Amino acid sequence: MSRSRPVRLLAAAISVGLALSACGGGDDDPSATDPTGAGAAPPLAAVTLNGSGATFPKAFYDAAIDGFKKEQSSVTVNYGGGGSGKGRTDLQGGLVDFAGSDGLVKEEDKAKFKGEFLYIPTVAAPITVSYNLAGVDDLTLDAETTAKIFQRDIKTWDDPAIKALNPGVTLPSTAIVVAHRSDGSGTTENFTKYLVKAAPSWKLKSGSTVEWPADTQAGNGNAGVAQVVKTQAGGIGYVDLADANTQQLKYAKLKNKSGKAVEPTLEATTKALEGVELKADLTYDPLDSANPDAYPIAAPTWMLAYKNQPDKAKGDALRAWLSYLVGDGQKLAEENDYAALPATFTSQAKTAISSIVVPG
Amino acid sequence: MAASTAPAPAAGESRLVRRGPRRADDGFRYLTLAAGLLVLAILALIAWSTTKEALPAFRDEGLGFLTSSRWAPNEGAFGTLAFIYGTFFVSLIALVFAVPASIGIALFITQLAPARVRTVTTFVMDLLAAVPSVVFGLWGVSVLAVAAPGFYESIGSPLAAIPGLGRAFGDPYNGKSFLSAGFIVALMITPIITSITRDVFDTTPGSQKEAALALGATRWEMIRGAVLPHSRAGMIGAVLLGLGRAMGETIAVALVIGSGSQISAELFSSGDALASRIANEFGEATGTWRSGLIGLGVVLFAMTILVNLAANSVVARATKKAG
Repeated sequence: MSRSRPVRLLAAAISVGLALSACGGGDDDPSATDPTGAGAAPPLAAVTLNGSGATFPKAFYDAAIDGFKKEQSSVTVNYGGGGSGKGRTDLQGGLVDFAGSDGLVKEEDKAKFKGEFLYIPTVAAPITVSYNLAGVDDLTLDAETTAKIFQRDIKTWDDPAIKALNPGVTLPSTAIVVAHRSDGSGTTENFTKYLVKAAPSWKLKSGSTVEWPADTQAGNGNAGVAQVVKTQAGGIGYVDLADANTQQLKYAKLKNKSGKAVEPTLEATTKALEGVELKADLTYDPLDSANPDAYPIAAPTWMLAYKNQPDKAKGDALRAWLSYLVGDGQKLAEENDYAALPATFTSQAKTAISSIVVPG
Repeated sequence: MAASTAPAPAAGESRLVRRGPRRADDGFRYLTLAAGLLVLAILALIAWSTTKEALPAFRDEGLGFLTSSRWAPNEGAFGTLAFIYGTFFVSLIALVFAVPASIGIALFITQLAPARVRTVTTFVMDLLAAVPSVVFGLWGVSVLAVAAPGFYESIGSPLAAIPGLGRAFGDPYNGKSFLSAGFIVALMITPIITSITRDVFDTTPGSQKEAALALGATRWEMIRGAVLPHSRAGMIGAVLLGLGRAMGETIAVALVIGSGSQISAELFSSGDALASRIANEFGEATGTWRSGLIGLGVVLFAMTILVNLAANSVVARATKKAG
């Protein structure tokens, strides 16, 4: 501690000097900035990077912002949240330097962006099917049964379909209370996409909000859904792992594509990523993964940034920040209840980040 | 404005004396006129830009935007009727709770309370008006909505047995419902209605009140005969101001209304209002969905204008009658 303080002051002084020299137009050595951030990162000019978007990975990004600040004290990163849709709209309008998004940009919306943009995968996380049922601590569901519960075809816990999946478990006749998000959400989108993919009987389609039956209950944010499940006997809802753990909810094992009942763990989520194809633009679909050890509802999330950066100082800082997210920042994923990306993903992400064009 | 205060250099002494004040008057008139026009211009710009942004959804849906109650962004259906209904239903519930309470409090403060109690009550009501709505919302979602289902069922099920009331008080008994939202909004508009009606009651001429008392009226007869008739227009104005606030209330409603998209007379079922739907979905919305949400804003804007116009004509008529 006592040693690092003068070092940090020195770094700050150097960065101020660099910023001044940048103002003077003397950008002589572009190779000095190593975008992969490996080893001792060179200090960057003092700039602020602003981002907004998905709230699902926000806890991880907040931790990563703190971690990044320790490496690059001159760069300030802000991440405002607000939802994936807001992030994409803000990036289109040039209001932010990067955007978090749980979903992909639709083909017809691509023209609204100011040029080519990149997807940088950052972390993934399981979406749990959490429940509140006294006396039942071990519950297994499959896609078909989950679909029927959430569209209200199955209304009591002792339904034959649930019984068949849980031999030896005594299920009470408690009525099922379905909890869902009241706000539009990438979590809803990924959960319903999974049901579309894996459950043929699912009727509500997918989207960041869907037409839930009238006799269901809504909660604001993952915490709101967790609260409904927590307070309603017989409750069930889809909640991210972090909030399910905070509220100490019980969650179901889900039968994956290979028929194996898997608990929503971070390892099983990383396994889900290992079982799917990473496309050239770094998009991928980890839902209902073919890997036999995969948890089937693994939600991806990306950072979006423009490939051509107009400003050198900002562009360099953006490259360093994104590199940190897929580099050292990955170590912060687990303690915040997110699954780190497999090595194949991070190495391709680094290649993509180094393709960002910065002037000078 | 500097021009109106600084005399023109070429002007003679006598002209200055004559023209100076008039110039200042003119300047002031134009300044205030500009301020007045600015309000109109801002309103027009808001209406124009929101309508423009909402146009894709209007074009997709046509009249269905107002007449359909199916809102399914993931399938491209944008009907707002359920939210228009929800906005009015919640406001109505709020007024049913808030108006009698507010008028009672205002009468107590102005006509009955001893001076010290009056100061304290006024202070507390003003304090309540300053509580941010999200605080009410958080209380609603973490206390009211959790405790409410059992309570709702205990009052709802006996009432539902009465023929004709089954539709309003029947199943389901949700903690997050029209009634919860209406109750929270009532808490928020009570201080506003109270403080305006209090001021109105205070303007009743003392001579009229004393005359009533001198004729042998009881205190209640004095209030009914002197205070209330004198204050009718002001009370209606206060209620309509409260209604305006109730219709636009966003975040507290978003937290406790339950976000269902349905038209139902059931007090305990979940619904949604225009402003709360915007707050809930705007973050994730893109494309036509986003236009649709801005369209909800346009509808709310139009509704507010209509309510205000109605308020003006009602107040005008009541004033005429009272005069």
